Amino acid sequence: MFGFPPQTRELKMISPRKISLLFIALLIFCFGLAANLLPQFWRIENENHQSQNFFALLLGDSSRIFANSFATKADAYYHSGYYPTIFDNNSAFKTLHMAEDTGAVASHNSGEEENFMGPPRDWIDAFGRHFIPNRHTHLDEGGPTDDLSKSDEVREILPWLKLSAELDPHNIQTILATSFFLRTKMNKTSDAEEVLREALRSNPDNSQLLFELGRIRFENYADTFRARNIWEAALRELQKQIVQKKEDKLDFDDRFMFEQLETKLAQLEEYAHNNGPAISHWEAVKIVSPTPEEIQKHIDELKQKTAATNSPAQ
Amino acid sequence: MKIICAVAGVAVKELYRRKEFYVLLIVTILICLVMGSVNVFNDDKVIRYLKELALLLIWISTLIIAITTTARQIPAEKEQRTLLPLLAKPLSRNQLIVGKFLGCWVACGLALICFYIFFGALAASREHAWPLLNYFQAALLHWFALGVVVALALFGSLVFAAPSSNSTICFVIVATILCLGRYLDAVALAQSEPIRSIFYAIYFAIPHLEIPFGMRNLIVHNWPLVEWKFIALDAIYLLAYIALFLAAACLVFRRKPVN
Repeated sequence: MFGFPPQTRELKMISPRKISLLFIALLIFCFGLAANLLPQFWRIENENHQSQNFFALLLGDSSRIFANSFATKADAYYHSGYYPTIFDNNSAFKTLHMAEDTGAVASHNSGEEENFMGPPRDWIDAFGRHFIPNRHTHLDEGGPTDDLSKSDEVREILPWLKLSAELDPHNIQTILATSFFLRTKMNKTSDAEEVLREALRSNPDNSQLLFELGRIRFENYADTFRARNIWEAALRELQKQIVQKKEDKLDFDDRFMFEQLETKLAQLEEYAHNNGPAISHWEAVKIVSPTPEEIQKHIDELKQKTAATNSPAQ
Repeated sequence: MKIICAVAGVAVKELYRRKEFYVLLIVTILICLVMGSVNVFNDDKVIRYLKELALLLIWISTLIIAITTTARQIPAEKEQRTLLPLLAKPLSRNQLIVGKFLGCWVACGLALICFYIFFGALAASREHAWPLLNYFQAALLHWFALGVVVALALFGSLVFAAPSSNSTICFVIVATILCLGRYLDAVALAQSEPIRSIFYAIYFAIPHLEIPFGMRNLIVHNWPLVEWKFIALDAIYLLAYIALFLAAACLVFRRKPVN
């Protein structure tokens, strides 16, 4: 009487139809949950992208300071060691020269880059200058030997650029310089493209990165279709950025980027023999260009060319 | 001279009996090999970062060898009570100081040869070039700079009580000169009197070891040779400081009780 309870209720069979319905409901629930959670996980993964790097994880936000130091180191290598310290006049080195030479970064430099040391302060200073790099050179122009055949020695800046980009994936100048020199001096176009695409994951829709990516498609693959799409996307992003700014005006960097993008689009359209769109892009360039007369001259030439090609058909 | 050479020989032998040199050489080689294995966009010709690292490690290692070897020379003789029997022989105090200096300096030179051979091999493995004269210039001035450090440490070993305090002070002085020596005059210009005059006095008084140290940049970035007359002038400049510190050491040691 006081033993186990009767098992008749538990042994009652559940119908197979119910089980299959339950199974389908569970599957739908799992699918819905996965579809809901996956984008959130992707977002979190993207936000923590930086922390995947060992040094960035170790150093935290200070990794940016180190990244800047390594970028400066790369620029010092670009000058074969002829570089100002904190004690020298560095007004001519405010924007990294290697980034400036990519054509995608506006220069904020002023002053004399050839002679930042100034005249010797005393005899020890004058004597010491015989034992340090004492001439302004660029590695992609041959460095201290001035031998242009050695322009691929610019590869020496790459370790520092790589380290800097790993520590701070949001430092656009570093990424642009890496990609530019890989593409132009070392003929490593696929590596250059990979660097940009990797950077675009951390900096989605960045107009400077898109500008450089478009250059790869146009200059290395002659792929006008993709290059046009990329540059137009870059232009849209730039316009979005300008609108978001308080003053809703083009600042120096925006103006530079706008001019570069419109110029490239105009050149692309000329290359594709689409003179009409080319003229409209040159018109846009004229608005921001420091030499509008030159641009107008080119527009007139293009108009004449277009008229000449259209006249036989008429 | 024979007596001085005999004393120097003992100091040289001490270098290869102790483990510091081997440890530092192996650590330098290991660090360079690990850093050399880093893949930079599949380019196996990238070398300058490695050259810079190797030269920095060589400078640090040789400074450690020079200071630690020299700082314990006289105190060790005192501790082991061999100083008095040594001076009882036909050996003057000045000869002992010069002998000890020469021994440590030559020992540093031998260590330097090993380090620079490794450096040359490392650079040649990727650059496929042997700019031997450039390396010789850098190594020569490096050796003379170490001579100043050795003389300074020897002088310090007679002034300071313990080798540890002497080593620490020498390291601090040398590191400060290497990092800031070149810019002290620029810093002085920004100061008001009397700090400006004090900075200037320090600037002109210190041995400018940063001049040979700065030659690393010329080697790393493959700059052409420095004119030999400037190398000779810098060597003479450093020799003058060696003589100054040695004279000071002899003067202090002459008046110091040895028991």
